[in-house]
Amino acid sequence: MAYTGNPAPRLSDSAAGTLPLLAYLAIALVLMVADSRGDFGAKARAQLSLAAEPVWWLASAPSRIGRTVRENIASRSSLQDENLRLRRELEVNTARLHRLLAVAEENQRLRELLGGTRGYRLQARLVGILDVDLDPSRQRILLDAGRDSGVEVGQAMIDAGGVLGQVIEVGPRSATALLLTDPDHAVPVQVARSGLRLIAFGTGRADRLLLPNIPQSADIRPGDRLVTSGIGGRFPAGFPVAVVDEVRPDESGLFMLAEARPTARLDRGVEVLLVANTLEGVDDGPPLPPPPADETADETADEAADEAAAGNTLPPEARR
Amino acid sequence: MNRGVSAWVLYGSLFFGLLVMVLPLPAGIDVARPYLLALLLVYWLLECPHRVGLGTAFLAGLVADLASGTLLGEQAMRLVILAFLVQRFRARLRFFPLWQQAAAVGALLLNDRLVALVIHAVAGIGLPHWGTWVSPLLGFALWPWLFLLLDELRLRQRERTG
Repeated sequence: MAYTGNPAPRLSDSAAGTLPLLAYLAIALVLMVADSRGDFGAKARAQLSLAAEPVWWLASAPSRIGRTVRENIASRSSLQDENLRLRRELEVNTARLHRLLAVAEENQRLRELLGGTRGYRLQARLVGILDVDLDPSRQRILLDAGRDSGVEVGQAMIDAGGVLGQVIEVGPRSATALLLTDPDHAVPVQVARSGLRLIAFGTGRADRLLLPNIPQSADIRPGDRLVTSGIGGRFPAGFPVAVVDEVRPDESGLFMLAEARPTARLDRGVEVLLVANTLEGVDDGPPLPPPPADETADETADEAADEAAAGNTLPPEARR
Repeated sequence: MNRGVSAWVLYGSLFFGLLVMVLPLPAGIDVARPYLLALLLVYWLLECPHRVGLGTAFLAGLVADLASGTLLGEQAMRLVILAFLVQRFRARLRFFPLWQQAAAVGALLLNDRLVALVIHAVAGIGLPHWGTWVSPLLGFALWPWLFLLLDELRLRQRERTG
C-alpha cells in the first residue's frame, strides 16, 4: 500500500496541511455571515435549492408510499363511516358558511359605509407540506408548491386552528415557510376580548409564543384569545393565533410579559392554506389627478407602502 | 491497479447520508438523528484518502446545508474540521481495533456537536435541544456496523472488478 509512509509531521508538512483548512474555514465563515446578515445568502439559497429538490423528493417518498398503501388497505366499512361523518360535517359547515357569507356581505356593506380604507381581498390556496425534517433548531417547513403555482414570498399560512406562519423563500417547485414559533418571527395580534394590540414573538419552542412589553394597566389575562390584527397588511385580520397561558411581570418590573400557546397544529399536519392579501383597487383607481394634487396622492401611496413594509418579520436587531 | 472504489459506491453512500439527514422521523427522535453523513465521510477519508479530502467534505457540507436548511456554510465548516482531524490522525485511527476506533469517532462527533454549538451561539440561532447530545452516542454505536458493511461492499466490488 502506498500510504504507509506517513512520518511524524514536520513543520513544512503541517503548514501545507493547515493552509487548505484555513482557506475552507474562511470560505465557510464568509458564507455563514452572508447568509445570516445579507441578502446574498437568501438569493443564492433560492437559486441552489433547485439542486436540493431531488433530495427532498426522495426523502419524502417513503411516507408518500406509506400513505398510499394505508389508504388502499383501509377497509370498506371504515370508509363508509368516514364518508358518513364527512357528509354530516359538510352539512354543518355549509350551514355555517351561509351564515358567514351573510355576515361577510354585511361587513362589506358596513365597510363601504365607513369608506373603509382596509379593503383587502383574500385569496386562498391549499398546499401540501413536503414530509421532510429540516433543521430542528430552526422552525421551518417545506411546502409542496412554488413559484410555478403562484406562491409568493410573504404569503400567510393558516390551518384549521389558526395562523401557522409565512412563506419566506420560494423556489420553482417548493417553498420554505417560517413558523410562528421561530425565534425570528413576530406577528401583530389583538386580544379578541379587549381589542388590545400586541406583538407575539416566537420562542423556538413549538408550543410557546411570547408577548413582551405589555403595559401594567393593559387588559389581558390567562385564557384570552389572540387574533391577528391585520396591521402591516401581511397577515389578514381576525385569524386566531394563540391562547394566553400566563401573564406575569417581566424582569424590569415595569411591564408585563405574557406567554401564549399557538392554536394552529404546528407540529404535524398534511396540508396548509396559503392566504394572500391583495389590496383591492390598486390598479383600477381613478385616473391620475392633475399635477398640483400629485403630492397628496404620493403620500397616501407611501403610507400604504410603509404599512406593507412594516411587515411582520422584524430584523433581529430590532427585537433585542 | 484497482485500489479505488467505484464512484457510484462512494458518492452514492454520501448521497444516502444526505437523504437520512432529511428523512422524516417522529418528533422527539429527530433531534437525536445520527450524523450519518459525517460517519460516511470519516470512513472514506480513512479508506481512500487519495479521492476524499477537505474539498469533498466542504462540498458535502454545503449540499447538506442546502438540503436541510441550516445556515449556509455551517455544516461545511463542521465537516471540514472533522475531515482535518481525521486526516491528521489517520495513521493511528486506521490501526485501532474496531471498538477503539468507534470511541474515537464518537469523540470526533462530540467535538462536532461542540463546534455546532459555538456556531449557533455566535449566529444567535438559539441553543439546540438536549437530545442532540444523544446523536454522537448513536454514531458511536453505529460505527462498527457501518464500517463492516462498507468494508464488505468495497471488498466484494474489488473482487468483481479486479
